[in-house]
Amino acid sequence: MLKIEHLSVNYGGIEAVRDISFEVEDGAIVTLIGANGAGKSTTLRTIAGLLKPKQGSITYNGEELVGKSTNEIVSRGITLVPEGRRVFPDMTVLENLKIGAYLRKDNLDADIRWVYDLFPRLEERSWQAAGTLSGGEQQMLAVGRALMSKPKVIMMDEPSLGLAPIIVQGIFEIIKEINRQGVTVLLIEQNANMALHTADFAYVLETGRITMSGPGNDLLKDERIKKAYLGK
Amino acid sequence: MDNLTYYIQQLLTGLTVGGQYALIAIGYTMVYGILRLINFAHGDIFMAAGFFMVYMSATMPLYVSLPLTLLLTVILGVAVERIAYKPLRQAPRMSIMISAIGVSYLLQNFATYYTGGLPRPYPKIPLIGDVIVIGNVTTSWITILTPILTLALVIGLVMLIKYTKVGMAMRAVSRDFETAQLMGIKINNVISMTFVIGSFLAAVASVLFFSKYPTVTPTIGAMPGLKAFVAAVFGGIGSVPGAVVGAFVIGICENIIKAMGYTTFSDAFTFVLLILVLIFKPTGLFGEKSTEKV
Repeated sequence: MLKIEHLSVNYGGIEAVRDISFEVEDGAIVTLIGANGAGKSTTLRTIAGLLKPKQGSITYNGEELVGKSTNEIVSRGITLVPEGRRVFPDMTVLENLKIGAYLRKDNLDADIRWVYDLFPRLEERSWQAAGTLSGGEQQMLAVGRALMSKPKVIMMDEPSLGLAPIIVQGIFEIIKEINRQGVTVLLIEQNANMALHTADFAYVLETGRITMSGPGNDLLKDERIKKAYLGK
Repeated sequence: MDNLTYYIQQLLTGLTVGGQYALIAIGYTMVYGILRLINFAHGDIFMAAGFFMVYMSATMPLYVSLPLTLLLTVILGVAVERIAYKPLRQAPRMSIMISAIGVSYLLQNFATYYTGGLPRPYPKIPLIGDVIVIGNVTTSWITILTPILTLALVIGLVMLIKYTKVGMAMRAVSRDFETAQLMGIKINNVISMTFVIGSFLAAVASVLFFSKYPTVTPTIGAMPGLKAFVAAVFGGIGSVPGAVVGAFVIGICENIIKAMGYTTFSDAFTFVLLILVLIFKPTGLFGEKSTEKV
């Protein structure tokens, strides 16, 4: 279980995350929803070790992650699909997948197969430079690349950002599929509707604080959520 | 006929000089590719390699002093990065650039202090300085050896970058620090690796260079360093093949200009070239198109 307790993070001169606590159960899909600037990305980046928290603790199966470097965190099975996909544009699709498995020393063939089965489009384009892919394909590649590290927890930062609705549908299907195959998912989204439909449990983040939490379906029915995030 | 021989000789010299510039230029271009830093101290690393060889070979046989020189140069290059650049990783780019200029002066002044400022004769390396005659062309082994060795090292390096895991990590880091970290890549190790390669090649260049211009002075690194920098910019800074092509072009052009009797202008040519490149094609021959990091 990934457990965040009393986490505060300063970022860009402001306290972007203020004393938040939440949990991600093994095997669940958990989402943090909230408006732009609510501190969602900062939270994920701190868990990944890219930012240092001001205070608080992040534990995974009881082990403290605060103070560990990103590569140590990745090697413990926690990976982040960054916002804006950030595939390596000059590398081929296959190279992007291989670099996702950078810390592994075992044979990659089975996992490349697994990713190609999840995303047949990537197999068709395996020799193409990643920069030439469409936005949706790049998102698939970013997810596939993260899966190559054989994560136990995959964190996704706005996977639907800038994608056409039909593609967004597909991405969320894949998120569920990955989860069914045993990977815990921590998802942050501005697309609250999709996120709440997908997630087992959700937290609402507003200006650095968690203001609500509950099962995704419950929050979908909540009047305040409807008003603030679902536009109803 | 004599004229032709003369030009062939000049061309060979040009290739040699170009090879030396190329080996130095790779250090500039790789460090720039990864850190977006122009490592002003790189020419002085080249100078330091010259002095290492002078002092090592005074007491040790060549087969010890030569590898030791390469090793010490690599250690110096990595130490410079760890001490002067690494603490500034999060600082604005200008700070780290100023730090590089500081290191450059530090190395030059330390060398002046230690050597008393006197030019030191470089040890004779047997065989490679010997003269050979091919047809009408009289030349030395070093002239033949330099371009071949340069090309072999460059091909090796390009293969390393393209096909190995560490090369893949280098390409990733040069593109995107943060995402590279998310892949589990240890950024600092990759950066150190770049300085290892750059300093090693600068040390090789210094052995080749000083076998022909056999005195070492504390400021000797400045000119070859600058020329190599121009070569890197001309080829498109950040690109290894670009730096090599640029270096050979500059080496050959300089010597052709000298051959035509305008020796005074050969340095000027290089810097006019720099100005023209910066005006008309700032990304150089093979430079990456400036993509904004988002």
